[in-house]
Amino acid sequence: MPAIAFAQETRTTTDRVADSVQLAQPIATLTNVTKRYSATTALDGLSLALRPGEVVALLGPNGAGKSTAVRLLLGLITPTSGTARVFGGDPCNPVTRARVGAMLQVARIPETLRVREHLDLFRSYYPRPLAMKEIVRIAQLDGIESRMFSQLSGGQKQRVLFGLALCGDPDLVFLDEPTVGMDIEARRGLWQQIRTLAERGKTVLLTTHYLEEADALAHRIIVINKGKIVSEGTPSEIKSRGAGRKISCRTSLSPKYLRTLASVTSVEQDRDAVVVTALHAESVVREMLLRDETLRNLEIASPALEDAFLALTTTR
Amino acid sequence: MSTTPLIYSTARPSILVYAIGVYVRETKYEFLKLLRAKSFSLSVIGFPVMFYVLFGVVNRNASNGNVHIAKYMLGSYACFGLVGAALFGIGVSLASERAAGWLELKRASPMPPMAYLFAKCVTAIAFGLIIVTILTTVGVTMAGVTLTAGELVRMFGMTIVGSICFASMGLLLALVVPANAAPGIVNLIYLPMSFMSGLWMPIQYLPHWLQKIAPALPTYHLAQLMLNIFGYANSASMASHWTGLVGFTMLMLGLSWLIFNRAQQNA
Repeated sequence: MPAIAFAQETRTTTDRVADSVQLAQPIATLTNVTKRYSATTALDGLSLALRPGEVVALLGPNGAGKSTAVRLLLGLITPTSGTARVFGGDPCNPVTRARVGAMLQVARIPETLRVREHLDLFRSYYPRPLAMKEIVRIAQLDGIESRMFSQLSGGQKQRVLFGLALCGDPDLVFLDEPTVGMDIEARRGLWQQIRTLAERGKTVLLTTHYLEEADALAHRIIVINKGKIVSEGTPSEIKSRGAGRKISCRTSLSPKYLRTLASVTSVEQDRDAVVVTALHAESVVREMLLRDETLRNLEIASPALEDAFLALTTTR
Repeated sequence: MSTTPLIYSTARPSILVYAIGVYVRETKYEFLKLLRAKSFSLSVIGFPVMFYVLFGVVNRNASNGNVHIAKYMLGSYACFGLVGAALFGIGVSLASERAAGWLELKRASPMPPMAYLFAKCVTAIAFGLIIVTILTTVGVTMAGVTLTAGELVRMFGMTIVGSICFASMGLLLALVVPANAAPGIVNLIYLPMSFMSGLWMPIQYLPHWLQKIAPALPTYHLAQLMLNIFGYANSASMASHWTGLVGFTMLMLGLSWLIFNRAQQNA
């Protein structure tokens, strides 16, 4: 079963990275941060720490406070109470900012400048910029450097924003909803570029409401809702806290019997198939195969992060 | 996956080289950005030139006492043009960059905030000078205007001063006006203010009650200082006009500073 072996392998790799970074000193922290705007509380006593080399996803529904957390760490806003530190200093400090890159949600970028000109300008802000051709290579901007920004597709525009975040060769990169509004192909392209960053040892904080994205990229996921941390852990840990896995198959076993099996939480009929949700899918499947030799069309849905996420954000 | 080593720009630049690099690029790209934005450059350069061709060239032989109307209008449309460049180039563009989140992205970088304002101000001056150069060319070639070299130099000097003063008003507008309403609001201020200060037609031709209001307007003081270069000013006291213009600039900068600080505290 090579596929399963591979899956096992990647999971332990993720866990190993997670274990090794646990030991290092955090390079960016929010400590007990509350951020209030006149009527609303965007963050409510939130603490988080980013350790060197890890990719952390801040996952939550719209309005959960993800962007507020990023803007606090960028020194664009100040906390109502609590502290934000980056590289041991104030995030507003230009010396700190020279080591940080950011991709924010920008509604409109000046359209009458060429891609190369945008990059040239941002490179000039940093004391030790990354070489132009490196930025172009990593952000996959080859062939469009001379285009006006207005002539780019949505995906290309996001790539330019990603390129701008790389201009200073930052040690810490914030990506606020980096793939919002992108089609699937463009999104996967950007995921690859974010992985390239991680391979280079950069620390990345990524906010997203695409659950799949957090699962695909992060060593660690922090689920937040209404300004508070709801859950925190590796993608596999987060998933295991959810409602379990879905086993779908055609079987002669009765739903009534299936409900009696250990760890089964629900049994539903989906057209010809029966869908069994179980926390310990393996033992349930073993039992079902034993009892029904005619069982066919077996599928075990990958742990539904979506469901886990919904369960986590709605129960509290 | 790739193991290509990263290529860094070698030698760490000194602070001065770094600062010059930022200021020069910020200014260059600000200027290019606005020049290429046809909706901006065509209207900001086009309107004063068109008005001057329509009203100035027609009056090439007209004079009022010792005032050559076409030459008078060269001065007043120079003011009209440079004020427009400053209000639209700074007020409208800064308001929209602020609303779109572009300014925030720049602020998250180590960009020195002064470089951003410097670039906008220098760009406004550059557009002011372009407009005055075109108007002067039209005046000399088509409207029979004669200028001494000294008058020309002083006109350019006054253009720079005026651009800086109205850049401060652009800054204040950018801070208080919502971005999507900015072009409309700027026009609502800019056009009546220009008319009432005698930038479209000599102020003597305006109703008396309007002439009474004019000294309350910064554009009036700018126009008088500009016209004084040709000896066409209304009153002899240039000190009062300098006081009016400089006081106005200080007021705009002071209000901008207050509003900016209050916004920072709420952020």
